[in-house]
Amino acid sequence: MPDGQFHQAKGDNVMHLVIEAVIMGILTGGVYALMASGLTLIFGVMDIINVGQGALVVMGAYLSYALEQHLHVDLIVGLLITMPLMFLVGVGIQWVLIRPLKKDRTMLSIMVTFGLALLIEGVLGAIFTTNFVQLQAWYTTASVDIAGIHVAYIYMFSFALAVIFLAALYWVLYRTRFGQAIRASMQNRTAAQLIGINVDWVQAVTFGLGTALAAAGGMAFGAINAFDPGSSYDLISRLLVVIILGGMGSLGGAMIAALIMLTVEDFIAVAWSPVWSTLVFFAILVIVLLVRPQGMFGRPEGRKQ
Amino acid sequence: MKRPKVQWRKVSKKSRMSMAAAVVATGLLVTACGSSSSPGAGNSSGNLTGPATKAPVKIGVSVSLSGDFSGDGQAIENGYKLWENYVNQHGGLLGRPVKFIFLNDASSTSQVVTNYQTLINMDHVDLVFGPFSSLLTTPAATIANRYGYAFPEPAGGGPAVFQAKLPNLVFVQPAPVVDNLVSFAHWILSLPASQRPKTAAYATEDDPFTKPQLQVAKQLLEQAGVKTVYYHVYPAETTDYSPIAAGVINSKAQVVLLGTQLPDAVAFVQQFEQQHYSPEALVETSGPDQGSQFSKAVGAANTQGIMVPAGWWYGAKTDGNQTFMDAYLKAYGGTVGSISADAAEAWSVGQVVQQAVEHTHSIDNKKIIQALHSMTFNTIQGPLKFNSVGEPNGETFLVQWQNGKAVPVYPASIATASPLYPKPNWKS
Repeated sequence: MPDGQFHQAKGDNVMHLVIEAVIMGILTGGVYALMASGLTLIFGVMDIINVGQGALVVMGAYLSYALEQHLHVDLIVGLLITMPLMFLVGVGIQWVLIRPLKKDRTMLSIMVTFGLALLIEGVLGAIFTTNFVQLQAWYTTASVDIAGIHVAYIYMFSFALAVIFLAALYWVLYRTRFGQAIRASMQNRTAAQLIGINVDWVQAVTFGLGTALAAAGGMAFGAINAFDPGSSYDLISRLLVVIILGGMGSLGGAMIAALIMLTVEDFIAVAWSPVWSTLVFFAILVIVLLVRPQGMFGRPEGRKQ
Repeated sequence: MKRPKVQWRKVSKKSRMSMAAAVVATGLLVTACGSSSSPGAGNSSGNLTGPATKAPVKIGVSVSLSGDFSGDGQAIENGYKLWENYVNQHGGLLGRPVKFIFLNDASSTSQVVTNYQTLINMDHVDLVFGPFSSLLTTPAATIANRYGYAFPEPAGGGPAVFQAKLPNLVFVQPAPVVDNLVSFAHWILSLPASQRPKTAAYATEDDPFTKPQLQVAKQLLEQAGVKTVYYHVYPAETTDYSPIAAGVINSKAQVVLLGTQLPDAVAFVQQFEQQHYSPEALVETSGPDQGSQFSKAVGAANTQGIMVPAGWWYGAKTDGNQTFMDAYLKAYGGTVGSISADAAEAWSVGQVVQQAVEHTHSIDNKKIIQALHSMTFNTIQGPLKFNSVGEPNGETFLVQWQNGKAVPVYPASIATASPLYPKPNWKS
């Protein structure tokens, strides 16, 4: 092959790779947005930094695994069971562990939810062993050819789920009376109580919603990655980064930050090197926080009440 | 705010009591340390009573039961427990029963150090055995060396472990980890010129276990004219492998060598399948050796043709292998294909130490260390011998998944089947 043609072919190859990386980044970003949405929602309403969110995601993945293995329930259909179940788990956690925290809630919540994460990891290890597992369905390995790029169904379905659930959450927040109560609690807890909103109830339901979203995120995560009860450690650090970049408490921010994180990382990994992908993303994070300490869509006054 | 005087006195009294307790505790600790200055040199002679009535030989191990290495850590503990039961049913060590003390290190390099200090200074164990991974082995063996304990270990074979030049350590596997892919490279280069692949792609975790293996294989293949079309190292904490897989696929390499643990080993297979890319040969440093954990995660049909280096294999006619497998299946169930190599390696540590103890007629660590570096040991991984820094001088072999089972395919001396080449396409 003449040199010119070779370079042309190589250039086309790289361009193909970059386009593929950007598409995969966007689709995987949707999965991370789904996992992080519960975290940011809970912080927004409750001033709680739920470092147990990663463990709840893994728990959601294990619930899907149990349904798939023992009852042969399809992963996506199984969400009809796992999400309500995890909603109840979330309400229970809020009622038993979070509600009693009256002072220094934000700081104490980190310790309490970290303890919760360890507890969940231990229980999952005892039930499912510490062996790695992965969720299986026909769409976890199948893909569709779009303009020469094989896009896996699992990524497309997960992205679609992320869009549907986040849109539904927006609808609840901005189109329902319960959403108004949530937003009122987010803006000023004391004032919300004064106008008759049962803030404890709102918070319990919000924690339940955040945990139910973790079930959906867990299903997507477990279908893309092999996981074990300890998989939450790497996960929670990335989810916290997502909500810090997006602005803590901002749902839209979490979505956009997740897309930026994964797209930048995937792009750098193919265009430069996987070693630099995380570093470049964190450099972007630092620059954004220098300019906007509250994150892209966070409120400057923070959560003072 | 001024603190009330009475309360200060209360606190002060408490502090004095705490200090007194600390002094007493320190005194006890110093006494304890003094008494353990000659580790393991306790009751080892005579055989007047049965194992059950004699003081047990206490063996301390730090295992990773949570964190990144929890799967392997659990398998290591299983292997040690199996050997403990076996040896106790067969007279113990020099007539004394064996009792393991396990502490969880949560895959942490600082906790593993604390654990071995606790085992040696507080529990006064007679012997210590190694944890999982090169990462944890080096700091753990350093501590053990400081106290004069032998450190036979099942799963720390990266170059960094031997670079520490610790005189107390032996790595109980057939070959140093760095040479694990040598058998794969030799097999590729043994193919007839018309079949031999011309291009290879490499991707590895930035990990002391995986990266050196790939570098050695890459050097061997490049020297023989196999062109490197992709080489990238990715951080060990990577969770999204799709861009790296895309790079490998885009290189259209005929042969792919991956420096993986189980999660990325599975992720790459899944990505290759999604992208309809099936290289002529695919080898992963770890993952496919995890029996049913691997085959369940990728789907049994898709294991066909995938390779992995191994030091232990369930079909090998090695010393005590059938006994080990029977014990494993009785205790944990499953099939022979589901037995973790980690458990076999842990059992081998027990075999090596038992032979060293019986040879020296002693539980004295100094004598055991000498024996470890001079004897040849019969284990379920075959005969093992170690040099002065604990490196084994054998060679691993190449295992390939064929029809739902992992079978040795190279070198011919141990092979029970011919290698499948080229690797068949993905099934689903």
